[in-house]
Amino acid sequence: MPKRGMPPIHGDMLQGTLDVLILKTLALGPAHGHAIAYAIERQSDDVLTVEHGSLYPALHRLEDREWIASFWGTSENNRKARYYRLTPAGRKQLTEQTSRWDELVRAVNRILKPA
Amino acid sequence: MSIKRFFYRSRWDDERARELEAHLAIETDDNIARGMAPEDARLAAQRKLGNRTLVREQIYQMNTISLLDSAWRDFRYGLRLLRLNPSFAIVAILSLALGVGANTAIFQLLDAVRLRTLPVNDPQQLVEVRIGDATGGRTGSFTSRRPMLTNPLWEQIRDHQQAFSSAFAYSNVGFNLTTGGEARYAQGVWASGEFFSTLGVPALIGRTLTSDDDRRGCAAPPAVIGYGFWRREYAGSPSAIGRSIMLDGHSYDIVGVMPASFFGLEVGRTFDVIVPLCAEPLSRGARSNLDKPDSWFLAAFGRLKPDWTIERATAHLAAISPPMFQTTLPTRYVEEEAKRYLNFKLQAFAAGTGVSQLRRNYESPLWLLLATTGLVLLIACANLANLMLARATAREREVAVRLAIGASRGRIVRQMLAESLLIAAIGAASGAVLAQWLSRFLVGFLNTDNNQIFVALALDWRIFAFTSALAVATCLIFGLMPAMRATGTAPGLAMKSGSRGSTDTRERFGLRRALVVVQVALSLVLVVGALLFVRSLRNLMTLDAGFAQDGIVIANLDLRRTGTPSEQLPPVFEDITTRLASLPGVLSAAQAFIVPVSGSGWNNSIVINGTKPKSAVVNFNSVSAGYFKTMGTPILRGRDFDDRIDTAASAKVAIVTESFVKKYFEGQNPIGQAFQIEEPPGVPRPLYQIVGVAKDTKYTDLREPFGPIGFFPSSQADPKDVAPFLQVVLRSNAPLTTITSQVSAAVTNVNRSIVLQFQTMQSQVRDSLLRERLMATLSGFFGALAGLIATIGLYGVMSYMVARRRNEIGIRMALGADRRDVVRMVMREAGVLLGAGLIVGGVMAVLAARTASTLLFGLHPGDPATLAMSAIALAAVAMLASYLPALRAARLEPTEALRDE
Repeated sequence: MPKRGMPPIHGDMLQGTLDVLILKTLALGPAHGHAIAYAIERQSDDVLTVEHGSLYPALHRLEDREWIASFWGTSENNRKARYYRLTPAGRKQLTEQTSRWDELVRAVNRILKPA
Repeated sequence: MSIKRFFYRSRWDDERARELEAHLAIETDDNIARGMAPEDARLAAQRKLGNRTLVREQIYQMNTISLLDSAWRDFRYGLRLLRLNPSFAIVAILSLALGVGANTAIFQLLDAVRLRTLPVNDPQQLVEVRIGDATGGRTGSFTSRRPMLTNPLWEQIRDHQQAFSSAFAYSNVGFNLTTGGEARYAQGVWASGEFFSTLGVPALIGRTLTSDDDRRGCAAPPAVIGYGFWRREYAGSPSAIGRSIMLDGHSYDIVGVMPASFFGLEVGRTFDVIVPLCAEPLSRGARSNLDKPDSWFLAAFGRLKPDWTIERATAHLAAISPPMFQTTLPTRYVEEEAKRYLNFKLQAFAAGTGVSQLRRNYESPLWLLLATTGLVLLIACANLANLMLARATAREREVAVRLAIGASRGRIVRQMLAESLLIAAIGAASGAVLAQWLSRFLVGFLNTDNNQIFVALALDWRIFAFTSALAVATCLIFGLMPAMRATGTAPGLAMKSGSRGSTDTRERFGLRRALVVVQVALSLVLVVGALLFVRSLRNLMTLDAGFAQDGIVIANLDLRRTGTPSEQLPPVFEDITTRLASLPGVLSAAQAFIVPVSGSGWNNSIVINGTKPKSAVVNFNSVSAGYFKTMGTPILRGRDFDDRIDTAASAKVAIVTESFVKKYFEGQNPIGQAFQIEEPPGVPRPLYQIVGVAKDTKYTDLREPFGPIGFFPSSQADPKDVAPFLQVVLRSNAPLTTITSQVSAAVTNVNRSIVLQFQTMQSQVRDSLLRERLMATLSGFFGALAGLIATIGLYGVMSYMVARRRNEIGIRMALGADRRDVVRMVMREAGVLLGAGLIVGGVMAVLAARTASTLLFGLHPGDPATLAMSAIALAAVAMLASYLPALRAARLEPTEALRDE
């Protein structure tokens, strides 16, 4: 459930944000698309909702860049599902993107909340 | 994006579909777990995931190169369209294949004879050395196909020039391979020592000739043979090296074989054997040209030194010319002639593309033919454009719907172009294959027994570029315009007008009419051209040449191997001629030094009553009694030669032609008058008494006007001048093979080592008209093809017009127009198009014909009769073709036509 007074953020997330969130989620271990979407929502305390439709193109893009790799596995409720895991290149990318995100947040904060 | 992904993109797509399906299943399970009813759970999951196809499309887009993908799809779409309408595809591809094939074939020939450089080392450094302006001042004997220099002159150049790193001279010659009986000739080359080192061409096997092989007086010289000859005569065996070959009865050792790509310096020819220039006296004996300053038989070439240009070489040659011409001045040259000779300057000319008689004779006809075939292709394109326009109109509503629901115009144009490009590509590819046959057919056409030509018809980048350019250009012409037009109308308008309305707007129909006008105009140009060439040929074939062509056989006898001394030759000649004349089936036989239209000639200036008349040069011939009877040339006045009266001891006599009398005696009776041949001072000038006047005859060429000719009796020929060659003309009514075998037998009876060769007057004349025959045949074919295509175009447009105007015609008929009115209406429409085309075409034809004026005979390029005949013929066929649709229109049932729409 979303927190009171904080409506979930719909629509397009900040450009490139979804990618880093997927990478972060996969850093915890392999997961299939459905699980990734729900993990992001849960981790953000339901502030961020992942448009399921845009999740898969993003996964494809990341796999294309070889930051993640995929394999077929069986889900917790016994369904065939395509699992993704982080590659070493993806792990490096995650560190890089995380620090860039921090930079971005600091920069935006400097403007929004000047000391 | 990896290229692998591109090729596996559909497998990826399946994978994604399964993944999305799995996602849905998991979400549905979750929803059920949350307490939803199963069907609601599934629907909710689907809603949450959104448009699955869109997701897949998004991913598919990421995997593909969209331009390539859509091009591939367009290509398959085009292929499907062609399969759906095979008759259109066949017509389109066939007409393009014919057009492209003809163009490529002609271009291939042009490429071979004009554009390509010689297959030698650095051909651009190669220059020819010859006298810059050699008009007048060069008399004497001219042999070989390129008689530019004499040997004394060449030796001067060789010894004094500084411009070339090396230089050589060569001459071509026919070597007889047999030692008796019917001759078999090899195409030979006499090459000076530096021939191969200058050209920089190595031998395929063995070695080439060097300067050491070319030493004056060489007794047993080596020979290098050509690839074709090697394959033909030695079955390509390497053991040919070291064997000896008999040429003109002398033995040569074969030391090397040249590669197939090397055909010598003359484009359009090849060689069988190359021997050193020093071997020339072996074939020619005492008549050797090597020391004669007025025997022109050599062509010389040099390779420029690295930093030399042609201009610098020319300046250098001009500077060293005066002493060289001074040293080599023939003593026979006096006065004017000597002055001209001494003023000659040598010059260097670029020779990277070789030299060629074939090029000189056929370059402009080939360009003209290329223009002709280009027009045929253009007409075919116009036809295709018309067909495509009709189809585009039929698809107007489909295109309108697609535009309305969001297709971009460019996308639809591209799709339509794909079909055209497919047609163009298949057409051009089949055309290129067809061209290989056509060009070989053309070369075969130009090949005659006496004129063996060789054209290296290799495919090179120029031909590929030419054919591809043709394909793209044709595609753009016939594909782009209809595609642009089909997508150019506003969709709303197209949908409205398609369903209702009785006539097409003039503007929309105008383009197709303009295309037909262009077709008619262009085909008139081609038909006029064709008729001009055909009539020229006819004029030449039917003109009165002054001699009969039928039933005349020419026998050439080579008596060199008999070793008969020249003063004993005349009685031998006489004996042979008499024997041949008495053969069964032979009506008459006579000796002839020169046979008309054979290309050879003998001329000199005459002197009458001690003064040289204006334009005194006269052609001569030496013939025996009975020549005029044999050739069917009537003696108009006086008498024929007579062996009993005109002997070596009696007074010298001559028979002259009508033109001779007209020119030098103002038409007065010349019998009893006399003339002399101009000789240098100190040389006796015998007086020739005119005893007869013969009808005018052609001399070297059918195309030339009749000129003055003087005939001398061979019975009075100076034995010193007699060469061991005899030419006999025979008139007979027996089959050719009978005559040749009888003559062979009779000649062998006289002496076994006489070598024989036969020719008929008819084939001689036919061969001399080769160019005219080629132009008449090809332009006739293309003219007919163009007319046919244009007629089909007109028929198509008229049929289309009738179909589109069914409604209107129905209304007219319902209102009282009778069938004749309808026919008249359609025919008037066709007549307007035809008339416009003929007027435009007539103007174009007159302008175009001027470029061909040098190839015509007995006709003015703007010949009104030809123009009228062509226009009438084209109009008749075209009107006939439009009569069918007119008739169809007239047969319409008004009620049906009105109900239909």
